[in-house]
Amino acid sequence: MPAGNQAPQIRLDSVLLTLGDTQLRFDCSFAAGTITAISGPSGSGKSTLLNLIAGFETPDAGKVLFDDKDLTDRHPSERPVSLVFQDNNLFGHLDVFTNIGLGINPSLKLTEQDREAVSRSLAEVGLTGMERRMPASLSGGERQRVAFARALVRERPVLLMDEPFAALDPGLRFSMASMLLRLHEQTKATILIVTHDPDELKRLATNVVFIDEGEVIVQATTEEFLTRCGVPAISQFLSG
Amino acid sequence: MLTRAEHRRGIGLGILAFAFVSLFVGLAVLALLGFDATPSHRSLFDAYTWKVLQFTLMQANLSTLLSIALAIPVALALARRPEFPGRLWILRLMALPMGLPVLVAALGLITIWGRQGLLNGLLLNLGLAEPVSIYGLGGILLAHVFFNLPLACRLMVATLDRLPGEYWLLATGLGMKPWSIWRFIEWPALARILPGIAGLIFMLCATSFTLVLVLGGGPAATTLEVAIYQSLRFDFDPPRAIALSVMQITLTAIVLGLLSLLPSTDQTLPASGRRVQRFDGQTWSRRLWDGTVIGCATLFILLPLFSILAAGLQADLPRLVMSPAFLEAASTSAAIALSSGVVSVMIAIAIISARIAIGDQKQSGKTARMFSTVLAATSSLVLLVPPVVLGTGWFFLLRPWGDVTRMAPYLVVAINALMALPFVMRVLEPAIGEHWRRTARLTASLGIGGIAKLLRIDRPVLLRPVLLALSFAMALSLGDLGAVALFGSNDFVTLPWLLYRRLSSYRTADADGLALILGIVCLALTFIGTSGIGTDRSKHAGR
Amino acid sequence: MRKIVLSIFLTSVLASSALSQEAKLTIYTYESFTAEWGPGPKVKAAFEKTCNCTVNFVGVADGVALLSRLKLEGETTQADLALGLDTNLATEAKATNLFEAHGLDTGPITVPGGYSDDTFIPYDYGHFAIVYDTQALETPPTSLRELVEGDPAVKIAIQDPRTSTPGLGLLLWMKSVYGDKAPEAWEKLRGRVLTVTPGWSEAYGLFTKGEVPMVLSYTTSPAYHMVEEGTDRYQAAAFSEGHYIQIELAGLLKSSENKDLARQFLTFMMSPAFQNIIPTTNWMMPAAKMSEKLPEPFDRLVKPQKTLIMDPAEVAKNRQAWIDEWLAAMSGR
Repeated sequence: MPAGNQAPQIRLDSVLLTLGDTQLRFDCSFAAGTITAISGPSGSGKSTLLNLIAGFETPDAGKVLFDDKDLTDRHPSERPVSLVFQDNNLFGHLDVFTNIGLGINPSLKLTEQDREAVSRSLAEVGLTGMERRMPASLSGGERQRVAFARALVRERPVLLMDEPFAALDPGLRFSMASMLLRLHEQTKATILIVTHDPDELKRLATNVVFIDEGEVIVQATTEEFLTRCGVPAISQFLSG
Repeated sequence: MLTRAEHRRGIGLGILAFAFVSLFVGLAVLALLGFDATPSHRSLFDAYTWKVLQFTLMQANLSTLLSIALAIPVALALARRPEFPGRLWILRLMALPMGLPVLVAALGLITIWGRQGLLNGLLLNLGLAEPVSIYGLGGILLAHVFFNLPLACRLMVATLDRLPGEYWLLATGLGMKPWSIWRFIEWPALARILPGIAGLIFMLCATSFTLVLVLGGGPAATTLEVAIYQSLRFDFDPPRAIALSVMQITLTAIVLGLLSLLPSTDQTLPASGRRVQRFDGQTWSRRLWDGTVIGCATLFILLPLFSILAAGLQADLPRLVMSPAFLEAASTSAAIALSSGVVSVMIAIAIISARIAIGDQKQSGKTARMFSTVLAATSSLVLLVPPVVLGTGWFFLLRPWGDVTRMAPYLVVAINALMALPFVMRVLEPAIGEHWRRTARLTASLGIGGIAKLLRIDRPVLLRPVLLALSFAMALSLGDLGAVALFGSNDFVTLPWLLYRRLSSYRTADADGLALILGIVCLALTFIGTSGIGTDRSKHAGR
Repeated sequence: MRKIVLSIFLTSVLASSALSQEAKLTIYTYESFTAEWGPGPKVKAAFEKTCNCTVNFVGVADGVALLSRLKLEGETTQADLALGLDTNLATEAKATNLFEAHGLDTGPITVPGGYSDDTFIPYDYGHFAIVYDTQALETPPTSLRELVEGDPAVKIAIQDPRTSTPGLGLLLWMKSVYGDKAPEAWEKLRGRVLTVTPGWSEAYGLFTKGEVPMVLSYTTSPAYHMVEEGTDRYQAAAFSEGHYIQIELAGLLKSSENKDLARQFLTFMMSPAFQNIIPTTNWMMPAAKMSEKLPEPFDRLVKPQKTLIMDPAEVAKNRQAWIDEWLAAMSGR
């Protein structure tokens, strides 16, 4: 989540993918520097969409474009993205500092500035001085904040989040969402967040991409999306 | 999180298991010590014992080091390639050497590596003047690696496969190079289990007997186990045998103690169940490397097994299989293996329950924590008590109560169960521990207990590890000759004993056939042990 | 649960406990004697025809285990007879005071070296010999000296005197021929020894798998291959210094309650009815007259010109020292 003016727009151009018996087809775009929520019933292909953008899946056909640059065949590490999952974002046997440091340099060759950056990022997420703690001694919310801190130090313009708050209780979700908004204010990154929670969607996202059975069925601003009660899958989603 | 009753039951089970194990070993030792034998006047710490001791430690250390060092690249390659063709079969194959009688495997190895073996044949054709001899330390190491590399590899792959799928996504997302992945993910995961694996392999190699003599090339290669066997069977000097056994146990306990001091990192977070997909090592050079490593390891294990197969097919198998002697031995073996497997798993579960119960107590007393450590130590050190000591001791104890041969099956079951205990513990302890950590709160809050808990909560998760442990134990028992040889009589013949009898009366073809059959049975057992894995993969494939 | 599993699976194994009849003769022996192809079943049938009794063989691993078993059981042993000790174990066996003089006329017995004893009666014998593979070795050694001094590239597999009877046999053979020079001879032979196995089976297995061209076994070993497999491939080498002998013995236990029956068996053992069975089932030479002719291949076996044997008492006294000597010679740098 870095300097915002460089954050790219992301576009999936007629992307086709077959996984087992399921056919997926994505044609959508995500506005630069905004938070877009990806929603839909479970099993509809939300995580797969993220995997395509991150490079963990390669489409059978179509392109994945970052600001019109075709990155379809690029290795995940060569894409300008950071990732946050629902769980296991941290290597359980490595302390907080190392987990964040790996985001700066995957061989952990860190300069003095890098070390300061790690400490700064911890301060940003409200975990000052927790460098030497092991993940197992942190609460679920704290672990996710460390993941945020790592995303911060990575300074990648795109942040992909796969239900990052799903394992947290509602109160915590609220405060984590506020933190995410605050960080987004600073970085203006392009953020894609998979979520099941209509409240979270309303709170965070300016745009929504709604997926059902492997296809994008709605692509709209959040306000617009909330009025589309006519689509059964959406009304079912919104009613929780 | 446990109720008071569950607590008491857990610790009670532990005490029961401990009592069984320590009584079984202790009584045998006491019986032997009490035996009024004419003392041999041989001092225990003579130059001979000293040499034997040195050699035992040296070869066991080297064997352990080599087995593990060679197993790591193979395990890494296999873990990196969940879709490697035949991966499941390779892993099953790796369970096979353990279930073979040692002599059969040694002869299999010799047909490949021996003076007249495949390899020397190739080398001589290439113009080498003298065959390369494996007899000596080299042969011992080769055979120990053959037995233990697959064991280490299986345990390592299981650990690597259990790592959360997110780790590999993250590693790729962060742009980790192979070296970083090794340093930050693979090595820490392996380092956690290495002391345990090393300890197990060390014990197996330190107590090695037939392999050391057959491949050792001469009496310079002698282990303490040989000296124990000699003092009990040839010199009939029980006190000396006990003293040597105590020496063997003490020394190994020291090595195990040192191993346990090795730094081992914290538990990883529980896996999320996300499908494990690896993105590293997609370059052709990595693929080539992994393919080569897996191929070499597979060949290394497969070739001697093939020679057993080839020799076995020459035997008159239909006649052999239909002979009453075979049928009787097969049913005896099946009964012994199944019984000892079940007993071993039960003792292990009792010990694990007790350890969990003790660990669960907020302020468990010093005694309780000590007991927990003692239980863990007992379950692994029991492998070091030579079967010949147990057997002779119990023979002596039971003799006043009637015909010992009638109780022999029970003794063999008990001895085999104890021998398998360290392996069973290695499989079950992490599985049960993890299962307990995940479900204890929930089951406690829902008040599920008793049969319902067993059927609905435990069975689905623990069935597979229990089957795996059972198959391990059964394979071990099936291949065991040591315990049976002590009591073997006409009324009590197992398959390896039958094989050995044929061999000791010139009937090598029959013996080859029996070896083949034993191998097939062991392979079938590993099927049971790994049965769940295939379906598990297909379940996730559609995601 | 544990109990149920155990009893279900083990009752079948245990069900075979025999019902006792009036007279029962219990004979401890080694297990290859009692194997289905061994002498046991035929001996049992032949003797039971004459005695109106039941013969119960109890088989243990080998002759050494047999003695250990008797030592363990002491005077409470079930055994009436012990069959399968050898001359090297005789002194030690007598020292247990468990055996009783047989008091029988051993006239029918003739074994090379003329062993005779008031406690133990020989029932068969065999000479140790180097057996070689004619397909791998054209000119076998003709003497122990040639074996010791021969080409180190031509290997032999031997057994360990610490754990096996043939191993001890070779030790005594070398001692008989070389005397005090035995350690030097062992050091020379060491270069030809591919490996030293714990027992006969392992060494012979290496041999038949083609790994070594020579193995320490018996002069009678080729008879098995000729009679049962119809092949002349494996032959024994005749040594000019003579061959060390192994004589297998049977003895009567003091604690026996059927001494008359046991003596009847010992007498039967010296008769052709018993001796006829031995050569082609135990693959040893008969210790008394047979009523049948030996199968033809036995005529082609090596017939040692000279039989070497040491006084059992001397063997018992020096065994440990000689083994230590052997260990030093075989494992020194």
